[in-house]
Amino acid sequence: MLKKISKNTKSSFITCALVIVIYAVIQIMNSAGSLSSLIKGMLVLLCVYSMMAISLNLTVGVLGELSLGHAGFMCVGAFSSGLFTQMLKTGPMNPNLRFFLAIMVGIVCAALFGFLIGIPVLRLKGDYLAIVTLGFGEIIKSIFNALYAYKDANGVFHLSFTSPKATVTDEAVISQYKIYIDGSAGITRNPMQSTFTIGIIMLLISLVIILNLMHSRTGRAVMAIRDNRIAAESVGIHITKYKLLAFTLSAAIAGAAGALYAHNAPSLMATSAKFGYNMSIMFLVFVVLGGIGSMRGSIIATIILTVLPELLRFLNTYRMLIYSIVLIVMMLWNWAPACKNFREKYSLKRFLRMKLTKKKTEEEV
Amino acid sequence: MGFIDAFVKGISLGSVYAIIALGYTMVYGIAKMLNFAHGDVIMVGAYISYTVMYNLKMPVWMSIVAAVIFCTVLGITIEKIAYKPLRKASSSLAVLITAIGVSYLLQNIALLVFGSNPKMYTSVVQTPPVKLAGGELIITGKTIVTVAVCIVIMIALTLFINKTKPGQAMLAVSEDKGAAQLMGISVNGTIALTFAIGSGLAAVAGVLYLSSYTTLDPYVGSMPGIKAFVAAVLGGIGSIPGAFVGGLLLGLIEILGKTYISTVLSDAIVFGVLIIVLLVKPTGIFGKNIQEKV
Repeated sequence: MLKKISKNTKSSFITCALVIVIYAVIQIMNSAGSLSSLIKGMLVLLCVYSMMAISLNLTVGVLGELSLGHAGFMCVGAFSSGLFTQMLKTGPMNPNLRFFLAIMVGIVCAALFGFLIGIPVLRLKGDYLAIVTLGFGEIIKSIFNALYAYKDANGVFHLSFTSPKATVTDEAVISQYKIYIDGSAGITRNPMQSTFTIGIIMLLISLVIILNLMHSRTGRAVMAIRDNRIAAESVGIHITKYKLLAFTLSAAIAGAAGALYAHNAPSLMATSAKFGYNMSIMFLVFVVLGGIGSMRGSIIATIILTVLPELLRFLNTYRMLIYSIVLIVMMLWNWAPACKNFREKYSLKRFLRMKLTKKKTEEEV
Repeated sequence: MGFIDAFVKGISLGSVYAIIALGYTMVYGIAKMLNFAHGDVIMVGAYISYTVMYNLKMPVWMSIVAAVIFCTVLGITIEKIAYKPLRKASSSLAVLITAIGVSYLLQNIALLVFGSNPKMYTSVVQTPPVKLAGGELIITGKTIVTVAVCIVIMIALTLFINKTKPGQAMLAVSEDKGAAQLMGISVNGTIALTFAIGSGLAAVAGVLYLSSYTTLDPYVGSMPGIKAFVAAVLGGIGSIPGAFVGGLLLGLIEILGKTYISTVLSDAIVFGVLIIVLLVKPTGIFGKNIQEKV
């Protein structure tokens, strides 16, 4: 006999299968040529955003802490992997191996940042934690916006906040410099190696890691901390350790998403529109709208909310207006107690159940 | 004189932050929500004042009154439609996301009504500058008016909360909603009043902010909004003197950081100070430490 599959495993399978089905459908549509170039250009971005949403969901839904600076970790991943690629671009290394290593570098750097930031931040609670993560996100963005990384004429590697052009005026000398990160101009001429397939594979790997974690002993400990910190502590769960673990993992996945993002476009700049708190908030919107703690919901919400503004393009100026109204109405519909009651009262499920029970009672009579 | 010049500028900017932060802190203290749309109410206030001044050709004081009235009504409306239904929601994140939705909505309405082209907002203050130290230090009229308005608002608000019945009701609601209701206080009415006051203050802040930073576009409110939020947290969110001190500190740090350390890193410095303060004193400078009960 087959062992009975547990409910959790089944749910995880459905989530992964959903991603694979979406991938298959898009590939078929692509080969049939029915995808507009607009959607084609967004495919990798969809993977990046989905990864960001599920990694933020790990912090918000599983760990239960509100983070408003998640784009900061993405920024770290993007710039560290971008820098790695830039430095080895002219070397003899195989481009695919280099891309793989770049992703690893992005993950490790973001995880390191997550760990270091997590130590002080996770001591705080609730809204204070939210504002400090927002602060860290903005700091990371500002630092990468002002950072210069270059090799001077002697081949010495520099990392500074002043442009090499500010100190060296000689044109002949400056032409021998190799500039990797050029301040607010960021990284330019980055090879575009991210593809939709790689993005989906990375999304699936992160999904499997998170889902496995959630249903493991460690994950249960993390969720116990979320539900009641004091009770969890009193049964011997090491609060700091598990909190840090979840936060670091969340940052690492964000770093992977950042690495994917960095290799999706030839230029990379740390602007507010790309890595500022607006982005962090956008990921939070994906998480909350998709359902806090539900990875499947996050991915679906990401796809809908990313594609919706593009599909509404024919409305041009009214597009974002409609988007914001939809957002407010959906939040009210999903969360307001009055709407919840209304839905329960007039839901289809209940209507069907009532009919069934009526039939039953009639039969019994 | 460079330092004193920067110092005065910082106080002026800090006063604007303080007025915005007051709105944030009052709403947080009573409704326990982060009102992300607060920054955009500033923008709406500035647009209303601009329209009344330039398109309707009314005097300056009329434009300020119109902006305050409009924003007050707007604040109450937003609270009634978007936030009130979610007050008893199971997750506090729901109302946060709704506030973000409201913020997008206000920005996009402004974009449709007033267009994306930035407008030049000329200062509403015509007070002549004051020259000190034999003309070496010039304090502009804007600075004087901004600081004076901030202090007046601060004092008026403290008196209102400590001396009047509605003010006391606010304190009671922020302390314990259930108990306040049992004492015959209308919780809904008090929360609406808080939003009204906060939004009215945001309109004043908008006029003052735009008097110093003259470009008016639909996104002008978001950065001062977020900075004021930081100021409120720095001072201890929920505390009125905290908002005042936090706002001033933030303005000073921002301007001094810009002048002496780095222009590009000034935001990083502002947030860095916030993080250090919160790590040393996790509830902000004037924040109450609430004992955790098991």
